[in-house]
Amino acid sequence: MATTLSNEEIRRYSRHLIMPEVGMSGQRKLKQGSVLLIGTGGLGSPLALYLTAAGVGHIGLLDFDVVDESNLQRQIVHGTATVGMPKIASAKQRLNDLNPLIEITTYDTAIDSSNALEIMRPYDVIVDGTDNFPTRYLTNDASVLLGKPNVYGSIFRFEGQATVFSPKHGGPCYRCLYPEPPPPGLVPSCAEGGVLGVLPGVIGTIQATETIKLLTGIGEPLLGRLMLYDALGMRFRELKLRRNPECPLCGEQPTIRELIDYQQFCGILPEVVSLGAQYEILPSELASILQRDERPFLLDVRNPYEVEIASIAGTDKVIPVDQLAERLHELDSARDMVVYCRSGVRSGRAVELLKGAGFRKLRNLVGGILRWSDDVDATVAKY
Amino acid sequence: MPTTITIPTALRQYAAGNATVSLEAATVGELLRGLVELHPTLGQHIFAKGGKLRSFVNVYVGDEDIRYLQGEATPLKDGETVSIIPAIAGGSL
Repeated sequence: MATTLSNEEIRRYSRHLIMPEVGMSGQRKLKQGSVLLIGTGGLGSPLALYLTAAGVGHIGLLDFDVVDESNLQRQIVHGTATVGMPKIASAKQRLNDLNPLIEITTYDTAIDSSNALEIMRPYDVIVDGTDNFPTRYLTNDASVLLGKPNVYGSIFRFEGQATVFSPKHGGPCYRCLYPEPPPPGLVPSCAEGGVLGVLPGVIGTIQATETIKLLTGIGEPLLGRLMLYDALGMRFRELKLRRNPECPLCGEQPTIRELIDYQQFCGILPEVVSLGAQYEILPSELASILQRDERPFLLDVRNPYEVEIASIAGTDKVIPVDQLAERLHELDSARDMVVYCRSGVRSGRAVELLKGAGFRKLRNLVGGILRWSDDVDATVAKY
Repeated sequence: MPTTITIPTALRQYAAGNATVSLEAATVGELLRGLVELHPTLGQHIFAKGGKLRSFVNVYVGDEDIRYLQGEATPLKDGETVSIIPAIAGGSL
């Protein structure tokens, strides 16, 4: 059954239609096409906006998060008026206004091994706009098992990567590139490392371009090539990506034939390991003992540029957690010490490290600066 | 002539903030070990225990992955650029 375009659609998409490379036939393919966007955050925002504007007939949006003020620096599909709303509802509202002629399906859920194949199956193209390794491996594995192209993008601070993974089209998969994920804590996340707001715009727009090319069949797909973008140097580079014949998923003798437990695969434990109550202190407790004469030594393990944003009054020393191992001699193990960071995660790692080095009079500030601001001193900014 | 090695943003903090480092080396392995000697904390992020390159770190000479050349034994020619490309996961947050 040939899809036709209404006069309304012809008016809306006329700048596509007058290009011979797209034309009526390309626009009809877009209308017939379907795309699942996993994540409606930094990458998902420009992706959703451009694919909707372009007239992709059916777009699936998957996210379980709600819109937060700190998202708006880069997640341009959302707005101040939708802070607090589920991201998929916020995005759908904006997209319906942008183009009411397309169909949008929303999934207010986290994607996991139990639902991934079912959710992804109806779509032609899968777009990876996620922010963590377990979901990236899951998206990759499910796409390969279903024989669908996976349009990949990833960002960190000022740098981005993009490519199209599709063994079905002769290209590699994510596991050909990186067989195993880094152990947790070894590679910083955007929440820890920050991201230039416009960066996901560039990478997400590259992903949107590739998606449109895949649906219409025009141009040369970004297959077997990894595009690297450096915003500070303003440089694009291209690396060759090869299909690994020994890839456990898409190689000659695959050993992965179904979805696995990706949290476990990525070394993420089901619960946050507690250091033990004797190694923890609540902000309210810290506030009261800081008043005493024999107050503990207060160690901040954040980076200097974070200290500029906010810190706890009375901090005795700043040693970023990555430098701690080399700077132990600057600390006195005989003195009581409280260690803090932004949220309590890095300072937890610091306490582990210090325990390993023989320190015992140690406590991690539970919830970090964020909880200090909530419970003790609201003038300390949360970031 | 020294070879220039580019350090990705995610690992720059372990290389005194440098985006590139230039070193004399005959092979990729020699270059990486020279780099780690200069910046020891970088070591655990690039090499696993036992000295093998970690599986989430790829090394390229020009635009080619050393896994499809001669690995760490890949010889370096004058003026070549070596890049470390680690897995990064950011996107949605």
